[in-house]
Amino acid sequence: MADTQAVSFYRVYVWQVPVRLYHWLNAICVLVLIVTGFLIGKPLAIIYSTEAYQQYWFGTVRFIHFVTAFIFFFNFLIRIYWGFVGNKYARWNNFIPFKKAHFEEIKEVLKVDILQSKAQGIISIGHNMLAGVTYFLSFLVFLFQVCTGFALYSSMSGSFLPKLFAWVIPAMGGDFAVRQWHHIFMWFFVVFTIIHVYLVFYHDYVEGRGTTSSMVGGWKFEREDVLK
Amino acid sequence: MVKKLPSIWEAMQTKGYSRRDFMRFCSMAAAVAGVKVSGMASVVHAFEKKPRPPVVWLHFQECTCCSESFIRSSHPIVSDVVFDYLSLDYTETLQAAAGHQAEKCLHDTMKNNAGKYILLVEGSVPMKDDGVYCTIGGRSAEDILKEAAKDAAAVIAWGSCASNGCIQAANPNPTNATPIHKIISKPVINVPGCPPIGDVMTAVITHVLVFGKIPDLDGQGRPKEFYGRRVHDTCYRRPYYDAGMFVEAWDDDKARKGYCLYKMGCRGPVTYNACSVTRWNEGTSYPIQSGHGCIGCSENGFWDNGPFYRHLASFPGFGIETTADTVGTVVGVAAAAGVTAHAVTTHIRKKKIVNDRIERSVTDREPKKEGGEE
Ligand code: HEM
Ligand code: HEM
Ligand code: SF4
Ligand code: SF4
Repeated sequence: MADTQAVSFYRVYVWQVPVRLYHWLNAICVLVLIVTGFLIGKPLAIIYSTEAYQQYWFGTVRFIHFVTAFIFFFNFLIRIYWGFVGNKYARWNNFIPFKKAHFEEIKEVLKVDILQSKAQGIISIGHNMLAGVTYFLSFLVFLFQVCTGFALYSSMSGSFLPKLFAWVIPAMGGDFAVRQWHHIFMWFFVVFTIIHVYLVFYHDYVEGRGTTSSMVGGWKFEREDVLK
Repeated sequence: MVKKLPSIWEAMQTKGYSRRDFMRFCSMAAAVAGVKVSGMASVVHAFEKKPRPPVVWLHFQECTCCSESFIRSSHPIVSDVVFDYLSLDYTETLQAAAGHQAEKCLHDTMKNNAGKYILLVEGSVPMKDDGVYCTIGGRSAEDILKEAAKDAAAVIAWGSCASNGCIQAANPNPTNATPIHKIISKPVINVPGCPPIGDVMTAVITHVLVFGKIPDLDGQGRPKEFYGRRVHDTCYRRPYYDAGMFVEAWDDDKARKGYCLYKMGCRGPVTYNACSVTRWNEGTSYPIQSGHGCIGCSENGFWDNGPFYRHLASFPGFGIETTADTVGTVVGVAAAAGVTAHAVTTHIRKKKIVNDRIERSVTDREPKKEGGEE
């Protein structure tokens, strides 16, 4: 095999530490919130004592949901802040398409990912634009889940933060509706996680640029000729 | 003819109540309104001297369960004094007058006491087809309501019908039944429930009658005093909820032991009402105490949030057996199947580029060791 065919790759530092920390903290929080939320909605029949005071598992599940919710929320705020001060791959404009080139890239990604009419396109080294848009939509869902979650929480908490969301309840027509929507949107997270993780693996496979590990070490790799 | 209105004390005397009954009534009213013991004297004074404002009670699209509940209040003095006098003014169910006489009675009350009378409304108002679905004396409910509300000192919406439309407003709402706060521009005190608890009704009206002002309301116009907490927050089965001990079937052992009814569809966690504190029928019991979950009767749109025996409603548009979880599971499985299919296609269609890369990758060269000894 001739070495001369090998192309040189450059190392690109894409995801800074705060982005990576945010990502994994967020991933853990979301998984915990899905599991605990699902249990709150459909508790298992776990009874290991005869008196109520001897067990508290359901209260603990709810407690974990609420604590995780706070971490999730503040982590999210930090990411928004980092969208304004971070490097060019972390910036807010990676998430919102507004230039013609952005829409061109979305088309390009669709051709590679869905239609598979193109083997390999020229895709940005940061988020590709389609991924960016999807993350933007998921940020909106994060916000929705925070609003409905803290609104529900406001009826069982005297603290300042949940009270800020109390207006959501009359706006949505009552606790019942809020809870129903909070539950429905849990499924968004389940579906998002399945597709997201798959697509990360997929892009790693077809692009060969180290996408998966990039969220761990921060590095991606780009061919010399593409960078030039 | 303008009749001079008696004070509460005068009214009670003509009904044969003693001074002691009167004092008990005063302390009840003071407690309801949150007056300190030191303020009792002023309450007594007000009840002795201040003329009792007249009351107009209108009935539109309703079943009269609110009136029924009201007369079962555990403070009969209030209904006796207030209700008997108010029946003299205008209330279709209990008034003696009928026909033109009754209409005249209503008009006289409103005219002679403009800006002073309290308007109580039971029932929703149909807004479709010019309101033909509910007319009294040839006039639509909307007309009557707007006229009566114009000069009212305060407006109270009794029950879920007047507060949020209740069953008449349930899907598909054939008459466009509308709660009164959406029709009139004045602030309305919503006292929802199907029916509301008699004692809560008494307390709210006492507050308004005596203090002449609207009690503290929440975001949905309900008095915070009675609708500030969820049925769940003060439910005596709450320890079972936190422990995770739930009734799984109506006839199981856990139902007999009185475990939490959450999994049987109890709406206590999303329902604001005083049931678990005040209870019903002179504090005898409330639904959960009798072994049935709360159906959320004081919440918006509770008829459409069915079925009652599941804690979340059916997913809209998919039939009553379909929950959000059914839909979610289908979508989740579809996503998993989709990515699997995609992985297989990728492997076939992109085999070439991947193989190409494997070809081109550097496989036959070990990294040079430092120092370069061969
Ligand atoms: C990824 C985000 C989240 C997911 C997937 C999620 C999921 C869920 C689910 C499925 C339920 C059960 C609903 C039911 O069936 O009744 C629930 C309940 C709840 N969640 Fe979340 N949730 C999330 C975020 C939050 C946040 C940020 C808060 C804010 C405090 C929150 C607060 C609550 C509260 C208060 C309840 C009701 C618990 C109870 O009444 O016992 N959630 N959540
Ligand atoms: C094993 C699991 C996961 C892996 C390997 C992984 C990997 C990655 C990678 C490589 C990226 C960058 C993608 C790009 O180049 O555009 C990314 C971004 C992202 N991932 Fe994940 N992810 C995982 C789980 C999750 C989960 C559970 C969530 C939660 C919903 C999540 C939410 C996100 C978000 C919001 C971004 C955008 C990050 C930003 O720029 O702030 N990920 N993930
Ligand atoms: S029975 Fe209903 S209101 Fe009582 S604790 Fe259980 S869920 Fe809450
Ligand atoms: S327990 Fe619930 S359904 Fe029953 S009366 Fe009270 S609020 Fe209405």
